[in-house]
Amino acid sequence: MKLIFNYNQSNTNHTPQENDVDLPEELKRGSLPLNDVNEIQIIRHYTELSRKNYGIDTNFYPLGSCTMKYNPRVNEDIAKLPGFSNIHPHTPANHAQGALEVIWELEEILKEITGMDAFSLQPAAGSQSELLGVMIAKKYFAEKNETRTKIIIPDSAHGTNPATAAMCKFQTVTIPTDKRGNMDIDEFKKAIGKDIAVVMITNPNTLGLYEENLSEIKNIAKENGALMYCDGANMNALLGISKPADQGFDMIHLNLHKTFSTPHGGGGPGGGSLGVKLFLEDYLPIPRIKKENEKFVFDSNKEKSVGKLHSFYGNFGIIVRALTYIKSWGVDIQKISQIAVLNANYLFCLLKDDFDVPYDRRCAHEFVISAKNFGEKSTINIAKRIIDYGFHAPTIYFPLIVKEALMIEPTETESKETLDEYAKVLKTIIKELQEEPELVKNAPHTTPGRLDEVKAARKLNLRWIPNES
Amino acid sequence: MTEKKFTKEHEWLENRDQIVIVGITEFAQDQLGDIVSIEFPQVASSFKQNDVMAIIDSVKASSDIYCPIDGEIIGINEKLLEQPELINQSPYDEGWIVKIKPSSPDQLNSLLSKEQYDNLVGQNKE
Repeated sequence: MKLIFNYNQSNTNHTPQENDVDLPEELKRGSLPLNDVNEIQIIRHYTELSRKNYGIDTNFYPLGSCTMKYNPRVNEDIAKLPGFSNIHPHTPANHAQGALEVIWELEEILKEITGMDAFSLQPAAGSQSELLGVMIAKKYFAEKNETRTKIIIPDSAHGTNPATAAMCKFQTVTIPTDKRGNMDIDEFKKAIGKDIAVVMITNPNTLGLYEENLSEIKNIAKENGALMYCDGANMNALLGISKPADQGFDMIHLNLHKTFSTPHGGGGPGGGSLGVKLFLEDYLPIPRIKKENEKFVFDSNKEKSVGKLHSFYGNFGIIVRALTYIKSWGVDIQKISQIAVLNANYLFCLLKDDFDVPYDRRCAHEFVISAKNFGEKSTINIAKRIIDYGFHAPTIYFPLIVKEALMIEPTETESKETLDEYAKVLKTIIKELQEEPELVKNAPHTTPGRLDEVKAARKLNLRWIPNES
Repeated sequence: MTEKKFTKEHEWLENRDQIVIVGITEFAQDQLGDIVSIEFPQVASSFKQNDVMAIIDSVKASSDIYCPIDGEIIGINEKLLEQPELINQSPYDEGWIVKIKPSSPDQLNSLLSKEQYDNLVGQNKE
């Protein structure tokens, strides 16, 4: 496909000329090599580009730990209502009661879903929610005059967890995973102590497995005065089924933009959230939203608060979508997780005889299999070959503890036919690996070429330079 | 040439005339996969044993490199800035990372011998 710079229709004269603008000499640039392209050409160019895009609206997109579910159009209808989309962030609270009620109501619902006592929807993403959680832990222990310098994180955690710990100047203590795919409880017992501020656990973990020793972990953490933090990015497995507060957690973050649809933020901003137990409520960021005499008001009068995390109040558009999504499911919300877990187990069973299975347990919302028996680098080759069959690859080489990992999360919105088709494609590719290995090693064959991610990382080049292409 | 010493964190050291050369092991480079960049410590900065002194980015992960011995950084392998792949291709030679002037050279004695390190890696492979 041509670049926009390669069109040459120089008869339109739409490019601004130097003498069109009255700028001081030093601000004028020497040249601006923009081509003149007429309007229909531009429309065709960008329409063609958009058709090359791959998204959840074009086909199956089973990225593990990304929860790439269908983004219901009713979310967009509601978010587009002028009362929501045109509201100015400086609108006084008494003229923005509807918007405030939306935020307040979603906080109430998330409290119910997680069992927590208070929620803030201010964080802009899962990672910022974690940051908030660990900032709260830091302040909490500082006020208790306790010096705790470390955070326990299992080696199956999302990479953001140790990054968050480092941002808040904590040291990470990594706990290995045991043979069943749980955090190794004996290693945990060795690591826990009065210097541990937080035990940070993803549940279900990134192997797609429910942590089986949570109640023992919680008891030991409590005995040592540490806080229990849940990375709730994988909450799509537990909606309406199990509450993280009951599992022993003091804090949890939820990604509004994945568990509650709009995966990857729908291309726009995402939304985080943090839920806490009562004893941590006062640390949540200001302003808080309060219901007072049937009216909703902002409350910034919180001395213990860690402060402000985001301009105004979070990413409001995602809050509207998440509330719409939850309300359209209503009391049936647990069906989301039941079907998500069923779909993951169904696809897992279709594939488990063809791949190495590092942890052979019933999975939650996602599962991890390994292509290590097909040789080194077979996972990247399989992933590239999937593209030729019109599908998106799963997450690969993560979690790091599984060699040649493929991490697959189908979500509840996929049909049995799609799952069957995906399994068939993977089985076909394995057959090709044995019969025609070169076909797989040089894939994809249906794209302009095979992207070289090593070269892309070593010699990153995102800028178009005239006369270079 | 003196014998190489090793750490549990997969660094190697070689003592040449009171200057210690440090790199990562063959096993480490293999586990990391294609290395795409390295963040060096400042020359003339000092580190304690087990401090993080450098960061290596590979296509798979970002990994800390620990200082295996107390001392001052007196040189870095600048070639790696342009050719980080040298760590993959030649981890024990052209892919060396830093030179350190040790402040407690005795610490070298407490590090792993080649045999001990090979045993450790053998266990990891299972």
